[in-house]
Amino acid sequence: MTANAQAVSQTGSVADPAGHKARPLRLITCGSVDDGKSTLIGRLLWDTKAVKEDHADVLRRDHRGQQNDLGLPDFALLLDGLQAEREQGITIDVAYRYFSTDRRSFIVADTPGHEQYTRNMATGASTADLAVLLVDARVGLLEQTRRHATIACLMGIRQFVLAVNKIDLIDYDQTRFDEISATFRQFALSLGVTDVTPIPLSALLGENVVTPARKSMPWYGGPTLVNVLELATQRTAQTVGFRLPVQRVCRPDEGFRGYQGTVAGGSVKPGDSVVILPAGTVANVKQIVTFDLVRNAAVAGDAITLVLDRPVDVARGDMIASIDAAPATGRHFDARLVALSQDGINAGKHYWLKSSSRRQRVRVEPLTSLDLGSAQWKEADALPLNAIGTVRLSFDETAIFDPYETNRDTGAFILIDPDSNNTVAGGMVSARSTDIDGLEYGQDRDHVVIALPGDLADRLIASEAFAEMRDRADIRRVGAKQAATLLRSID
Amino acid sequence: MSDSKPPLDPNLKALESEAIHIFREVAAEFERPVMLYSVGKDSSVLLHLARKAFFPGKIPFPLLHIDTGWKFSEMIAFRDRVVAQFDLDLRAHTNPRGKLENVTPFTHGSSVYTDIMKTQALREALDAGQYDAAFGGARRDEEASRAKERIYSFRTPDHRWDPRNQRPELWSVYNGMIGNGESVRAFPLSNWTEVDIWRYIQAETIPIVPLYFAAPRPVVERDGMLVLAADPRLPLQPDETIRREMVRFRTLGCFPLTGAIRSQATTLDDIIGELETATVSERQGRAIDRDQAGSMEKKKREGYF
Ligand SMILES: Nc1nc2c(ncn2[C@@H]2O[C@H](COP(=O)(O)OP(=O)(O)O)[C@@H](O)[C@H]2O)c(=O)[nH]1
Repeated sequence: MTANAQAVSQTGSVADPAGHKARPLRLITCGSVDDGKSTLIGRLLWDTKAVKEDHADVLRRDHRGQQNDLGLPDFALLLDGLQAEREQGITIDVAYRYFSTDRRSFIVADTPGHEQYTRNMATGASTADLAVLLVDARVGLLEQTRRHATIACLMGIRQFVLAVNKIDLIDYDQTRFDEISATFRQFALSLGVTDVTPIPLSALLGENVVTPARKSMPWYGGPTLVNVLELATQRTAQTVGFRLPVQRVCRPDEGFRGYQGTVAGGSVKPGDSVVILPAGTVANVKQIVTFDLVRNAAVAGDAITLVLDRPVDVARGDMIASIDAAPATGRHFDARLVALSQDGINAGKHYWLKSSSRRQRVRVEPLTSLDLGSAQWKEADALPLNAIGTVRLSFDETAIFDPYETNRDTGAFILIDPDSNNTVAGGMVSARSTDIDGLEYGQDRDHVVIALPGDLADRLIASEAFAEMRDRADIRRVGAKQAATLLRSID
Repeated sequence: MSDSKPPLDPNLKALESEAIHIFREVAAEFERPVMLYSVGKDSSVLLHLARKAFFPGKIPFPLLHIDTGWKFSEMIAFRDRVVAQFDLDLRAHTNPRGKLENVTPFTHGSSVYTDIMKTQALREALDAGQYDAAFGGARRDEEASRAKERIYSFRTPDHRWDPRNQRPELWSVYNGMIGNGESVRAFPLSNWTEVDIWRYIQAETIPIVPLYFAAPRPVVERDGMLVLAADPRLPLQPDETIRREMVRFRTLGCFPLTGAIRSQATTLDDIIGELETATVSERQGRAIDRDQAGSMEKKKREGYF
């Protein structure tokens, strides 16, 4: 056990010596080829004792002689799970690894560094709480590093560790480390990311990975990589409004009708008023049923069965939401996309869009594409494989979303090519949508004009539900007389 | 179903909710799902989660047990008890070639035997049932090629897995669209670790086959493996003697191919304690994984679970 781990176990709870009770932190590691990503993950697994002896034996047997200078197995071989990868010596797909310390358990999405595998990075980043970006201390930041940071940020990651690796090869040079850190901080700021922890480390020698390296780097007083991971925060749904995307209707007998799904934001309790979208029907919650007991509340993440107080029409794909903080509904949304397929994303083509449990037909119109080199959004009318772009989504039927920024569950979607059935894009509904949609649920009108007394209008504008659609509403304050004239012209 | 049960810790609760979500999603999106039930601890957890997912309704699909005919007899007895207790629709299938051609782990070697009695048997049963989705209890922490498995793992009409060409899987939005004859294997336990499984079994008091607990049992040592010598069909080599030892099993499969471990763990607490200090992986006792590195991947490509 390392000094660090020991210190922790003394204060750690006895009932949970290995930190299994808390949800694991999910992280993603990104780096260019040869930055030492495999070595780093291998080191993490090895030093936290996640590698079992029989696996190490198979490695020793199959790759006799391929050991590093320290007599440890070649860490890269430990990781490359698929035969094709072993043959080519590269990592071609996302792999999930597990390890734990006395304080916490972790799931690492190990994603490849090659540019053509942006899609795998996006996949790994979609569920990650934190990103570890690797750079080779001798080389410094690469365009690839910026690319990875940008994608991670786009997918909603706000905590970054900059692992300045191979510090042993530059004689533990603090000046060089400070330079690289400052450059990255600057870049991260341009993405709106402030939570950056740069760490000088040697994955090969295990310095500042799990064990601190005061001897070789007396100038560094910061945390080890594992320290940072142990203290990192987890992403949570930020929306306060209750959301239940309905997965299925449970009707075991005539007397029972429950709506099953996973709470995707907010909380709910019996008696709450809810709206069923897209229909706009209103009802009250009668019961929250789970296998163990009838519960008096449910929160985001809970898989529940909801019973309403009246017979209403609810089907799979509908969303049950709090009445005073409902998600946006409409036929047009703006979103960001990562193109995941060889064929790219093409204007005018129809796709299936799946978000939560809702699947519907959509037309996608690419608007801009992100040039990762210059970090500029440039006009585009198609998005090739691995491109990141903004698009306009147009639906035949009402769609229901929150902005991804406020709710990852109800703001994320995938696109499916109806010809191949393949997943061809991952998308995030952006907070800004330029269309003015009908504010009434389920109507197919493009514009709704609402005239309200001033005080009521003020309250409406101040509400959270409205705030979410703020950028799609056009507010004019007019006198009663002028309003009358205006309304007459509509009739 | 008592109100006095303490609530699950956040980790187990999150894993449970995720699994229930996957069960419901597959049940809603596919026409003919089936759940692979192998009687082991992971299957026991899977079954428990399925019951929870559809409560107060019944599990809306059948269970399928691929019975090689060489399972531990305690497994079969346990299976039949569980089926009766929870009123399950369980279908057992054994490849008829086992009887016809007398395919056994002794006569055909572990890899030919596994191919015929497990992989091919599974494919036959899936084809016969025209199932378009099959739940399995595989976990990503089990084995290297599993680490890359998706939660919805796409299979061609001849049940092949193409690890190089998997669909990207983002967030918890699963793509359940498939063409004619194609199918999906769904893995609700993907993100669970072995310790999670045991801690959940303990928290939810899920019944499991007693072979998981240490007890004095008759064993013979063979190729470095402790083989249970309780079945009269086990042919003894001249130099082998049966000894009684305190042993248990970390995984359960076919008795001639699954090694016991020496252990004093007679309770769930003991087992969890043993795991936290374990230095070998759980599949270590499985003969079929040891043939070569990459052997699991090869079997999976061919349709093995
Ligand atoms: N000296 C030194 N070499 C390292 C360090 N980390 C990785 N390497 C070496 O750099 C090479 C590439 O590492 P690898 O982990 O395969 O890189 P990947 O392509 O990013 O996975 C290997 O020869 C490693 O032994 C380090 O911290 N110090």
